[in-house]
Amino acid sequence: MDKPLFNALLQMGDDSLVLGQRLCEWSGKAPTIEVDLSLSNLALDLIGQATMLLDYAGQVEGEGRDADRLAFHRDAELFRNSLMVEQPNGDFARTVMRHFFFATYASALYEALSKSSDETLAAIAAKAVKELRYHSEYAAEWVVRLGDGTEESHSRMVKALDWHWRFIDDLFEDDADWAELAERGIVPLRATLRGNFGKRVAQVFGEATLEVPGEVWPLTGGRQGRHSEHLSLVLAEMQVLPRAHPAATW
Amino acid sequence: MSDWQLWEVFIRTKGGLDHRHAGSIHAADAEMALRHARDTYTRRMEGVSVWVVRSADIVASDPGEAGELFEPAESKIYRHPTFYQLPEAVNHM
Amino acid sequence: MYTTELDKSPAGQPVTIEDPELLAKFEARVAADDFIEPKDWMPEAYRRTLVRQISQHAHSEIVGMLPEGNWLTRAPSLKRKAILLAKIQDEGGHGLYLYCAAETLGTSREEMIDALHSGKAKYSTIFNYPTLNWADIGAIGWLVDGAAIMNQVPLQRTSYGPYARAMVRICKEESFHQRQGYDLLLEMVNGTPEQKAMAQDALNRWWWPALMMFGPPDENSPNTAQSLRWRIKRETNDELRQKFVDATVPQADLLGLSVPDPDLKWNEERGHYDFGEIDWAEFYAVVKGQGPVAQERMSERRAAWDDGAWVRDAADAHAAKHAARAAA
Ligand SMILES: [Fe+2]
Ligand SMILES: [Fe+2]
Repeated sequence: MDKPLFNALLQMGDDSLVLGQRLCEWSGKAPTIEVDLSLSNLALDLIGQATMLLDYAGQVEGEGRDADRLAFHRDAELFRNSLMVEQPNGDFARTVMRHFFFATYASALYEALSKSSDETLAAIAAKAVKELRYHSEYAAEWVVRLGDGTEESHSRMVKALDWHWRFIDDLFEDDADWAELAERGIVPLRATLRGNFGKRVAQVFGEATLEVPGEVWPLTGGRQGRHSEHLSLVLAEMQVLPRAHPAATW
Repeated sequence: MSDWQLWEVFIRTKGGLDHRHAGSIHAADAEMALRHARDTYTRRMEGVSVWVVRSADIVASDPGEAGELFEPAESKIYRHPTFYQLPEAVNHM
Repeated sequence: MYTTELDKSPAGQPVTIEDPELLAKFEARVAADDFIEPKDWMPEAYRRTLVRQISQHAHSEIVGMLPEGNWLTRAPSLKRKAILLAKIQDEGGHGLYLYCAAETLGTSREEMIDALHSGKAKYSTIFNYPTLNWADIGAIGWLVDGAAIMNQVPLQRTSYGPYARAMVRICKEESFHQRQGYDLLLEMVNGTPEQKAMAQDALNRWWWPALMMFGPPDENSPNTAQSLRWRIKRETNDELRQKFVDATVPQADLLGLSVPDPDLKWNEERGHYDFGEIDWAEFYAVVKGQGPVAQERMSERRAAWDDGAWVRDAADAHAAKHAARAAA
């Protein structure tokens, strides 16, 4: 088995899966019905990406596991998603801030991956990049509206920023497996995407009248399976039926 | 606890067709109105292009004047191609 | 569904004296299957009845997102999760189309939402029942959406143009809802004994509430005659209910599930199924807001609207700033 590729696919697939699951929690609770529909569309894209990436991970592994097997029958410490996506939704400000960071990172990643030497991955990325570019623009508009909206919305955005800023390093972490894949031309080093990410954040924050925070002590470990308290709860809910009825198909 | 203003949504379902009224949505600004129009009215690939316009900006004719506005056209049947009976050989014109 | 008129208090309504000539013209147009459009003259009672019916229908779509949303984060496969999310999203869209149709009659969405949250407006009784296991998601698609379709298809030719057009759009989307529900149950009845038991349990709990969705019996629907004349309603409650039972019982047989009604049997003479008496006391209690999870549903809707207030205000404030800057 190509273990570095398997791990990389889990990292990407789990990011989409866990964030999609988090967005499902918004269903029926958004500020207006229109926003409810929009958040559902974002979640549908993410669940679709997770399905493709995890199915491919299962193929690479070669032990007969498909996306569902990987999604519903794996414990938290075997998940490879970033810490940011597993964070609770919080208020709409926190959800929007997370989505802006994640989609801006991920759209740059999939843009590069659409030229991957791995054809399957390149095809998945070509589809995902269109979706994630839309997500990034959508979230950026909301960052601007809420940052430069009312006093209340501004202060909520400052708090949201404070919540998520410490997870940015984790989002961009290149572990040894990823670095090996980069060497083989299959993925880009995430570090190479950081410069453009910083520029985009500065530009959007400028419009949003938000300040880019200074250095904070970064929290990392998601890519190695060292998660926050939140992930096992997310999974306990998500996995309850398949775990309770292992012989069942749905 | 206000709601956003109302917009009318027009969708071109495929290249070569006119935009057609699809319905309305609420949004605070034009960019948001486009996003909401897309998420509400093109969930099943119903569109290739979307227009939005503030409902308040639409000027509509008064149905009470429909008689004056539209009935005069009824007598101008010479505007319709079927008014002209041409010889068989050229009647496909 | 949801279009059954639930609060009927003609006594409490102010009586408007209409111009007999306009009224006669209006009635003639409706009788001739013409469509009435927003700026056309219409009697006040028609406008009022429509606002009530369309907004009730819209509220039902929106509240109806909640029972299914209850299982969204626990959907047992990625495919089922995506299907359910898309389905719930469709219901949100239906609510949105319908609020917009009602707005053309001069009532703002905000007013309608306030009426829902204050308990003044009603919504379909079905959504005040809890979803207790995964098979409930199948039962809702099959029975609740099935009942809704039965009611909605004829409304595509209702007399009010914006309502009819909203219904056309909605009906196009509904058949997927019913089919995915039935498909979900098919998978379960062919699965483990536990899965099959869940499916039977779901049918046991949803059957009677689904029959109640068609509203009170005809002899207790005083506005039916007027609504039929105005083409706001196209068939009576009891006619639709019978149609639903006739269509659904063979589908239950195919699933190998038993309908929880000892009086249910085919009546050769009538060419219809006979079925047992509906518990109308329960129905009226649920209409009054005493359904098992009515309080949960309403508090969730209110919380969503209230928690979103700062977001709506901020977006408006930003738009105003933007416009001011563009003008300067
Ligand atoms: Fe619906
Ligand atoms: Fe439906």
